[in-house]
Amino acid sequence: MRNPQLNANGELTHLLSIDGLPREVITRILDTASSFLKVSHRDVKKVPLLRGKSVFNVFFENSTRTRTTFEIAAKRLSADVINLDVTRSSTAKGETLLDTVDNLVAMHADMFVVRHAASGAPHLIADHLRRLGREDVHVVNAGDGRHAHPTQGLLDMYTIRHYKQDFANLVVAIVGDILHSRVARSDIHALTTLGAAEVRAVGPQTLLPTAIEKMGVRVCHDLCSAVRDCDVVIMLRLQNERMNGALLPSAREYFRCYGLTPTVLALARPDAIVMHPGPMNRGVEIDSDVADGPQAVILPQVTFGIAVRMAVMGILAGN
Amino acid sequence: MNAEKTHPAVALPDAETLCRQLAELIRPRLQPEMVLVGIHSGGVWVAQHLHALLGLGSEIGEIDVSFYRDDYGARGLHPRVRPSSIPFDVEGRTLILVDDVLYTGRTTRAAINELFDYGRPERIQLAVLADRGRRQLPICADFCPWRVDLDPALELVLSQDDSGRLQWSLAEHA
Repeated sequence: MRNPQLNANGELTHLLSIDGLPREVITRILDTASSFLKVSHRDVKKVPLLRGKSVFNVFFENSTRTRTTFEIAAKRLSADVINLDVTRSSTAKGETLLDTVDNLVAMHADMFVVRHAASGAPHLIADHLRRLGREDVHVVNAGDGRHAHPTQGLLDMYTIRHYKQDFANLVVAIVGDILHSRVARSDIHALTTLGAAEVRAVGPQTLLPTAIEKMGVRVCHDLCSAVRDCDVVIMLRLQNERMNGALLPSAREYFRCYGLTPTVLALARPDAIVMHPGPMNRGVEIDSDVADGPQAVILPQVTFGIAVRMAVMGILAGN
Repeated sequence: MNAEKTHPAVALPDAETLCRQLAELIRPRLQPEMVLVGIHSGGVWVAQHLHALLGLGSEIGEIDVSFYRDDYGARGLHPRVRPSSIPFDVEGRTLILVDDVLYTGRTTRAAINELFDYGRPERIQLAVLADRGRRQLPICADFCPWRVDLDPALELVLSQDDSGRLQWSLAEHA
């Protein structure tokens, strides 16, 4: 079966998931992003690459940071950006996902940036566009259900490479609600593809997917052993909306067992970095002293995220 | 990759000699505030040579015009984009834009557009090692030691060996 992210010439035409992306494609995106990072430091923070193109941000799920950084990235590429709050308009009136897409294609969309609560929605759109013969229209997955958040995974890799240069000897711990986290899945795929030495996953038993070992990670149930001697700690947001289920006793107990405090972080390598995709719950998964401390690279992640999204859109729109 | 062949009909001059000739063309018109900006990758090598030959103090700027090319729609983004780096304020400055080969003029157009996104230079001059003619835009070099008319099927390629020596070769277009 053909890789749904590649066109007939084997070039990246949609970004749906990091799973299945060759290492060279990931590396090329990261290399291109470093060129775009410099653009944001200039007097004129724009390049004319996507001039005349229309990028539609189609978000079926709430998001501020991701939508805003995609919007900034597209604008810095000189694209016209249209933000649609579909949950409040057409979908609420009963329009199907693919009808919404057909209408936007009729408005001459060149690229869709899609977030959806259902895993696979961006793939469905890409598949639909192919059946329409519209391979000139591109899809970027901005997070679908529990499946993938590939640009977050890529910006995390960019951040790690920025501080650690090489993946070969890296030990990375991913901490928290891995079950519901598309970020964790994208990070795990990216880290294993790029050849990280060891990826550890830690969290309460109820928040770890079954058979996660098959993704190439080592499962720990105790935070200290997961963090010990690691180079990178990726904290995940405890999705408060899941707290009502029977998955966790309380936020306070969670913090006691899985919250990253300075004492726990001291077990990691002295030059270890701490990442978080945001939004953070201080005092739930991360202590303020860590979040605001010298090892946190949470705000640089946001800055790098714009350059990485510029690279993704710049590469896709040219293929 | 382009298949490299030898083309005995075209005599290629020594690129190192051309660099020295180019430096001598620029020297009489040097001004204290002038800075060199090389276009990746051949233009950066030539700019580095000129920088040494002319004993300039200020750093060299480097630009990769991939984000400004007019063939992006047809050919996509270049697989290897290098970061542009302009480590000085271009505002009010005289810049000497350096490239290895001047041909259609499209790369120069892209480079000038990019430079203006860093500010408003006082003046931009163009220095190239070779001018192949056949322009598609109204652009000409201010400094050029070698003019040559080549078959459009051929690509004139500048390369740099491990010791930093520059050398010309010809390749058939893919």
